[in-house]
Amino acid sequence: MTAAEVTTALKEKFPQATARESLDWPAFNVPAAEAMAVLKYLRDEFAYDMLTDVTAIDWSAGKSPRFTVVWHVFSTAQHTYVRLAADCPADAAPAMPSATGLWPGANWHERETYDMFGIIFEGHPDLRRILMWEGYPYFPLRKEFPLSGIETDLPDVEIAAETKAKLIPAPMMGGPFVASTGEMGLGDAEPKAKDESWSERREKP
Amino acid sequence: MPTEHTFPDSAAKAAGVQAHARAVAQAGVPAATEFETEKMSLSMGPSHPSTHGVLRIQMELDGEIVTKAEPVVGYLHRGDEKIAENMTYNQFVPYTDRLDYLAPLANNVAYAIAVERLAKLELPPRGQAIRVIVCEMARISAHLMGLGAYGIDVGAWSVFLYSFTEREKLYKLFEELTGARFTTSYTRIGGVARDVPEGWIGRVDAFCDQFLPILEETLKLLTRNKIFLDRTEGIGVISKEDAIAYGLTGPNLRGSGVPLDLRKDKPYSGYEQYEFDVPVGSRGDCYDRYLVRGEEMRQSVRILKQALAKFPGGEWYAKDARKIFAPPKDKILTSMEELIQNFMLVTEGPQMPAGEVYFEAENPKGALGFYVVSKGGGVPWRVKIRSPSFCNLSILPKVCVGAMISDVVSILGSLDFVMGECDR
Repeated sequence: MTAAEVTTALKEKFPQATARESLDWPAFNVPAAEAMAVLKYLRDEFAYDMLTDVTAIDWSAGKSPRFTVVWHVFSTAQHTYVRLAADCPADAAPAMPSATGLWPGANWHERETYDMFGIIFEGHPDLRRILMWEGYPYFPLRKEFPLSGIETDLPDVEIAAETKAKLIPAPMMGGPFVASTGEMGLGDAEPKAKDESWSERREKP
Repeated sequence: MPTEHTFPDSAAKAAGVQAHARAVAQAGVPAATEFETEKMSLSMGPSHPSTHGVLRIQMELDGEIVTKAEPVVGYLHRGDEKIAENMTYNQFVPYTDRLDYLAPLANNVAYAIAVERLAKLELPPRGQAIRVIVCEMARISAHLMGLGAYGIDVGAWSVFLYSFTEREKLYKLFEELTGARFTTSYTRIGGVARDVPEGWIGRVDAFCDQFLPILEETLKLLTRNKIFLDRTEGIGVISKEDAIAYGLTGPNLRGSGVPLDLRKDKPYSGYEQYEFDVPVGSRGDCYDRYLVRGEEMRQSVRILKQALAKFPGGEWYAKDARKIFAPPKDKILTSMEELIQNFMLVTEGPQMPAGEVYFEAENPKGALGFYVVSKGGGVPWRVKIRSPSFCNLSILPKVCVGAMISDVVSILGSLDFVMGECDR
């Protein structure tokens, strides 16, 4: 089963699937509603029996579609990958059908994607945060979330009430040498201290 | 006395009764004795010797039998993926050390190859051979650590002493090569940080020669050890189908009888030139996973021996990596062009084409994948780290049900995970 055969078969069966630009494996864009059917088809007909990865990309606030969910499936018999991507229809409340019905291993991957991007996986049996704690108010991998973090209450309410401690953002945006994303001029992109409220001479506030 | 157990479902009941009967048989108590049991919840970890880091398992127990196990991860979450989006490709290399911190050399290589696929770079034979050598040394050192810790988990202290002595010898070699023992950051995108030191190849070869007999001696402490067999045989059985459905990789997948090894099946960095076997288990229990790791060390030595014997000459970085690879230090200080190049690399980062790649490397713990999305420029738009430990741990709720508490320790040790990689 070559990549070309998968491509032709998939295009025949799902006319809405389009080829996605890729530097390595065959990749397809599919509508969100069809994603599960395509994954099931790949699993059952082409022996892409292992779901290696589920993740999402945030194309930054204001872009539409904003969130793209990406699946990588692997065939343990032919040793090839296929990448499948689907844009979340709603930008404000992104949602996607869950693959937990096809692979139990999708459970944690989808929990992580929800935790980091706030994408709701419909049909997931137990969609909770996994890396951050329950009740954390932000989705850290969204582009508007700053690298240094945002001031937040401690997860433990009792300790928070007793000590009045808070989680504070990292000083200097997380490090003295921070490069910046995007297409910007040399002066802006040069790694430097983003937060100059404290330095070696002046004390940390 | 009531005669009914109160178990939540029939599968757990059947497994629980079996485990109970086994315990009863071992203790010599008549099997007819029945106990009234009440559910108890127990939090194992996040700081527990057998959780190898900061993993918490929220368990529900019926007596000593686990009826529900819910791993709680994230205690070591540092936001590596967020950090990757905010720095240049080169700057992220040291962060990959901190994923599977027991095999930093192999993590570096996985990340570097992913970015090299994006930049369409091909390493010359010497660079590839160096990477294979350090990857296999990292595999041996990670498995030695896993083996020693597993021994301690199930009550065999002496294995740890043997395996750590050998691991220490490897760390001396790492230090000589990279300047660091633990977080090595040796790989660069498009090559490695520096060529191997003089005489180092010979010292690795000497290590291999003296290592094999010691490895046999170490494994002999466990392989036919009655206590070890009792603790591992038939415990934590993962079927072939489950292993694939949960996305298990590495020795855990092969222990369940799936002969998948990316070094063999999807060769990278010139692994196709070396002869080695892929060990697979037959039953998928803790013992099989132990055996697979033991054999993998022997195979790694085999690969090392071949790589060292035909260690090629030439360059150790890709020729067209000029826009990525830092120029030699003496050139930076004396030549204008190299100084400019270095300045551009540091300020803007290596300029990458737009596109996306996904690359998985066969690491000691399993398939470590990097999904890199680039919009062009020196900073990735998105880096997703697919960590094998995360996937391997997701099967825990299924495997632990019906096991005894002491079996959970055995199962955890046999899955051989690293929380740095799981939580990222």
